[in-house]
Amino acid sequence: MTIEIPKIEPQKELISIGTGSIAYDVIVVGGGNAALCAAIRAAEIGAKVLLLERARRSYRGGNSRHTRNFRCMHYSPKGVLTDQYFEEEFFEDLLKVTHGNTDESLARLTIRASEECYDWMQTQGVYFQDSLSGTLSLSRTNAFFLGGGKALVNAYYNRLEDLGVDVHYQATVLDVVVEERRFDGVLVDIRGEQSYIRGRSIVLASGGFEADKEWLARAWGDAAKNFLIRGTPYNTGEVLRNLLDQGADQVGDPTQCHAVAIDGRAPEFDGGIVTRVDCVPFSVVLNKHGQRFYDEGEDVWPKRYAIWGRLVAAQPDQVGYAIIDQKSHDLFMPTVFTATKAETLDELAIKLGLPVDASIQTIEAFNAACQAGDFHPTELDGLSTQGLQPAKTNWARPLDTPPFYGYELRPGVTFTYLGFKVDGDARVSFSNERASNVWAAGEIMAGSILGEGYLAGFGMTIGTVFGRIAGKEAAEYALESAR
Amino acid sequence: MHSKALDEANRQLAICNACRYCEGFCASFQAMTRYRSFDAENIIHMANLCHNCQACFHSCQYTCPHEFDLNLPKVLADVRVESWEDHVPGSVVARIIQSNAWMLVLLTCLAAILFGVVGNIPWVSSETFYALISHERLVLVFTPLFLGPLVVLGLGLYRYWGTVGGVRLRWSHWSTAFRAAGTMKNLDGGVGQGCNYENDDRYSKLRKWAHHATMYGFLLCFASTSVATIMHYGFGLEAPYSLFSLPKLLGVTGGVLLTLGTTKLLYLKMRSDPKLGVSDRRSGEYGFVLILWLVSTSGLFLYWLGGTAFAGAMLNIHLASIAAFFVTLPYTKMAHGFFRLAALMREAQLTKA
Repeated sequence: MTIEIPKIEPQKELISIGTGSIAYDVIVVGGGNAALCAAIRAAEIGAKVLLLERARRSYRGGNSRHTRNFRCMHYSPKGVLTDQYFEEEFFEDLLKVTHGNTDESLARLTIRASEECYDWMQTQGVYFQDSLSGTLSLSRTNAFFLGGGKALVNAYYNRLEDLGVDVHYQATVLDVVVEERRFDGVLVDIRGEQSYIRGRSIVLASGGFEADKEWLARAWGDAAKNFLIRGTPYNTGEVLRNLLDQGADQVGDPTQCHAVAIDGRAPEFDGGIVTRVDCVPFSVVLNKHGQRFYDEGEDVWPKRYAIWGRLVAAQPDQVGYAIIDQKSHDLFMPTVFTATKAETLDELAIKLGLPVDASIQTIEAFNAACQAGDFHPTELDGLSTQGLQPAKTNWARPLDTPPFYGYELRPGVTFTYLGFKVDGDARVSFSNERASNVWAAGEIMAGSILGEGYLAGFGMTIGTVFGRIAGKEAAEYALESAR
Repeated sequence: MHSKALDEANRQLAICNACRYCEGFCASFQAMTRYRSFDAENIIHMANLCHNCQACFHSCQYTCPHEFDLNLPKVLADVRVESWEDHVPGSVVARIIQSNAWMLVLLTCLAAILFGVVGNIPWVSSETFYALISHERLVLVFTPLFLGPLVVLGLGLYRYWGTVGGVRLRWSHWSTAFRAAGTMKNLDGGVGQGCNYENDDRYSKLRKWAHHATMYGFLLCFASTSVATIMHYGFGLEAPYSLFSLPKLLGVTGGVLLTLGTTKLLYLKMRSDPKLGVSDRRSGEYGFVLILWLVSTSGLFLYWLGGTAFAGAMLNIHLASIAAFFVTLPYTKMAHGFFRLAALMREAQLTKA
């Protein structure tokens, strides 16, 4: 079933700035991890909180529904986290993936605060589990949520209920009214009924714009129509656009999105984790013309999956085909869709819709360039092709053992980088001047810290840390100003 | 082996296995990660490890309205019940009883009439237990009622063991399985937070405690009867026993636990979401818990009303419910306990291999 997201015409006449009662201390826009942390924190301090989630209840939680862990600093073994993970190592890991495109003070603030998040999350009803099978490499750095992100989201919504926070589902915020950097109220459509709700402060935590393909197309051209969106269809960025249009300061490359190569048969939205295809390092990847275009064995997959989204996006029709033979069939995580299977390479090319001659030629050239040597699937084995362009520098074994298997690859967009520029208090600014009562948390401001690339579990860390900060600041401001 | 439920489970498990977020919840998911693809053998095995705690459903990103439409608690329940029905001789009977709770009620009434008319137990009488029905006659009636169904169930388990590829059992398999069953390990949610069941996506331990009361209550009642039999034949100590005798202490404690446990289980079941439970067999589940409740509650009443005019009627109902319970044992949800143990033993073999 596809989710219909209707275009709603805002009834601007309902907006009445400065008049009417102020119904809430803190209004939180969004319903994912950052929004929930902000709402819980604000309610704990004693603020009267309203949370506006655009999705229906069954789809609540934004992209957090699809997450599975958060990255956490710790100086000694902590719960499910093994060994230790210091601030410096954490920060270096971040520098590596962002190529320095980060705000060091915000990044360090996030990293330092991550440790206490672990305990705080547990007190909110979140449970952790040992690293999932096949993710041992993360057991030191990332704490996995028992049951994954949706279980975490459920725990937080239950906590909100216990705290007496008002939660509205199917609530689309149409206009965030800010005058002279001061927030007044939101025009919101709640299940078809529009109203203007005033609040003392607001936390914006409604994610990025990756689900708006027209917006993506402005940066990527027509190619964007072939992109699959790995997360929620509700992240269309209206609130982000609304505030940017009102002059909120922005950060992050407005044209960029984080994309990985996923199974081409994945649903257009919400495919989540299962659509990954981890066979690339053991495969030969062809484009639709039967040509190779990149070193499939450049590095271990956890370090390379993120670049393959872009690589595939740059190919004609934004499609790639990963081909393996029987030897490699059991070397990677099971896939959600079964591979296209054939006894010969010709047959496989036909089944995948690839040009047969060109494909066979490419594979034969690849096979001929493979060298004898020891194959080690879990480490860089240096088993490289000779005299081939582009080379495959590890795990290069000829495709010679039937049956052969093929996966269609497409770019799967995870999140966007454009967001609000915030300070260490999560405060939004307009023309470099702090707003009086506007805060932001989560993907909508993550570009400040994660300027490019991605570090597994770091989005949830940013969301938790800044959600908590924003909730606290917004609540304290509201309670103060109510006096 | 082939069925609609197995096909659907196969479809869903392929999606689960590419995700694995639920790995920490229970043994079913830990078993899943051992496989790359699924067939009747491993699906039936996982289904019988599943306790229908429903945590995986509430944690799932892919439940309806998502097009993947996952509902593992339901499809595993369907496979599970189907596996008992298919493996026990007399599948047709199992199917009828599992889908019609009133069959159990009918059987109980029938048994009560038989005890009353043929067995000559008067409905209104204040006589004591054995004055109403002699011990010899009780043994004569209940020994075949008890042993017959056990043989049938044993045959079913034997076939099941073949289906799931079981091998020779060692002591460690027994002890691991009994520990898991005795503590309801797979109903503790993985880290002791309990399960989802009666309270939407909130965790709760109520079902586990209710099941403990039911299971241990039942075992105490069973122990009471066994002890009494040994005292009767081994030592010539005949009933009635005093309150501070072993049979009474075990029986009354067990009876109270069983009544409380089954009452709570019925209440929780009424609050649970039928969409996450077995298809078309919910009535049989109610029927099974109800008959257990009747066994213990009528037993307690019999003890309480002994010496009053209601004793005859109570004895009749008590014996009839026990008879109905035993006769249908391989064909009701009672089968789950035995198949669950078998699955836990098989899992012990697979994890220790």
